[in-house]
Amino acid sequence: MKEWKTAATRDAYGKVLVELGRENKDIVVLDADLSVSTKTALFAKEFPDRFFDLGVAEQDMIGTAAGLATCGKIVFASTFAVFGSGRAWDQLRMSVAYPRLNVKVVVTHAGITTGEDGASHQANEDLAITRALPNLTVVVPADAIETEKVIRAAVKYYGPMYIRLSRPKTSVVYENADYEFKIGKGIVMRSGKDLTIFACGIMVAASLEAAEVLALEGIEARVVNLHTLKPLDKQLIVSCAQETGAVVTAEEHSIIGGLGAAVAEVLVENEPVPMVRVGLKDVFGESGKPEELLIKYGLTAQDIVRAAKVVLGRKK
Amino acid sequence: MIAKEKVKELEATARKLRQHIISMTCAAGSGHPGGSLSAADIITVLYFYKMRHNPKDPGWPDRDRFVMSKGHAAPVLYAALAEAGYFPVSYLKTLRKIGSSLQGHVDMLALPGIEMSTGSLGQGLSAANGMALAGRLDKKDYRVYCLLGDGECQEGQVWEAAMTASHYKLDNLTAIVDHNKYQIDGRVEEIKNLQPFAEKWKAFGWQVFSCDGHDFVKLIETLEKAEKFKGKPSVIIAETVKGKGVSFMEERPLDFHGRAPTPEEEKKAVAELCQLEDFEL
Repeated sequence: MKEWKTAATRDAYGKVLVELGRENKDIVVLDADLSVSTKTALFAKEFPDRFFDLGVAEQDMIGTAAGLATCGKIVFASTFAVFGSGRAWDQLRMSVAYPRLNVKVVVTHAGITTGEDGASHQANEDLAITRALPNLTVVVPADAIETEKVIRAAVKYYGPMYIRLSRPKTSVVYENADYEFKIGKGIVMRSGKDLTIFACGIMVAASLEAAEVLALEGIEARVVNLHTLKPLDKQLIVSCAQETGAVVTAEEHSIIGGLGAAVAEVLVENEPVPMVRVGLKDVFGESGKPEELLIKYGLTAQDIVRAAKVVLGRKK
Repeated sequence: MIAKEKVKELEATARKLRQHIISMTCAAGSGHPGGSLSAADIITVLYFYKMRHNPKDPGWPDRDRFVMSKGHAAPVLYAALAEAGYFPVSYLKTLRKIGSSLQGHVDMLALPGIEMSTGSLGQGLSAANGMALAGRLDKKDYRVYCLLGDGECQEGQVWEAAMTASHYKLDNLTAIVDHNKYQIDGRVEEIKNLQPFAEKWKAFGWQVFSCDGHDFVKLIETLEKAEKFKGKPSVIIAETVKGKGVSFMEERPLDFHGRAPTPEEEKKAVAELCQLEDFEL
């Protein structure tokens, strides 16, 4: 199996936020008592005047972010993914997405790799409930390098965003930052003609590993980093389905409502092809080490390989 | 001391707003007249006496901000914005109609002059805090006002926001509670009692004032006291009457929380609200 360099997306976030804070005085950062974990504490240290801790009150944090944004601030509001999506969902809907305010909800500790904290802290449904909100852009960077690009793009883009990061150090899939990142534009990471694997977040690395394993058996899998769940790159999804005739999706999220569902929606209406979703199968997680949980809940390269073989068996 | 003529003028404006509330909800066939009427005098004082704003330049960065946290009282805010000149009074008839900027609950993208979209209760005070924090960051001297319903104060987020405002000492913020004592299901004290209400705000670190929410002189005096108070956010608990100004709505406040008057009721209500001096002879 490939040995990747690793880095935490939240570390990349904390670091780039400080750099951006120096460049742009309109950036204001909020947190809800998790700034040490989300890494916004770095910004707080350098720009105490532009950082507000709202305490353990995520709903109030999102509402406050909205108010600041009405006055022209570019507001980054951070907490864990479960709270930023679920606990404050109505605030995200009513006070941010509906009035299309310039609030960037950047969440960390998404998915099962949150690990030892257990099911209460593992957001496996957040993409489903944020993707359903009009006006909200939803992005899941593949690694720490892409995280920096996403955060920089977020400052330039006017509008509400939900950006999903992880707790542990994760595989760095890009060798360097020398590639074009555009919100809403998927990236072909590896070419192939037999099937397409669409992935986001940490599952991009797993998909690249799976493609290498498949290649040993003569199966050429195309791997696409679909970092933006909304707006979705429909053109790319359809053309990949047309060119490869089979699709696997891989996400560190429930198979309900997330990346797999988004791709399925596009394919069913435009280019139905055999498809298998890799993700959490409508279950809550549990405490454990991230790598143990990934195995137990079927989120490894081997699971993607198996899914690829199943889908190829159904390919006409 | 406010001049008597100014008070008379404000009274006449408030009567106009009330007539608009009745007519626009009647034309819409739905809406929330009761809680709009109870807030009519508060809104009149804010938009026609207290607040610094410019209908010709709704985005003016130095303007005072008003957040209608009880978003269902949209009709009274629309009436005030129309009378202030943000849009023609004739447009009020489009309330709740398809394609109109006058959404059932206020929508800041649809209508210039609306500072925050609301409708899901309990969210406005957090947004008002954000505006107050931004004012401080930008070294601007604008003031932020936020109108809450009393039933709305059963929402937990109100108290999260109350803590935030006092923690950050937002003395450029005045919250006003339209304490009309009724919510959809009944009397607030019976559904889920807020009392001791003033003490709650005090305990959350606020400077608390209360006054008759239908007495212009008292309202203005209290708003000015609140504005002068430094180091803490201020809340005014405005004692109001649900359906104020329309006898049969005051008598049956629960019937008119979320029901529009029929055309007959509209006639009766408007007749009650008209005074001879409102007509130019």
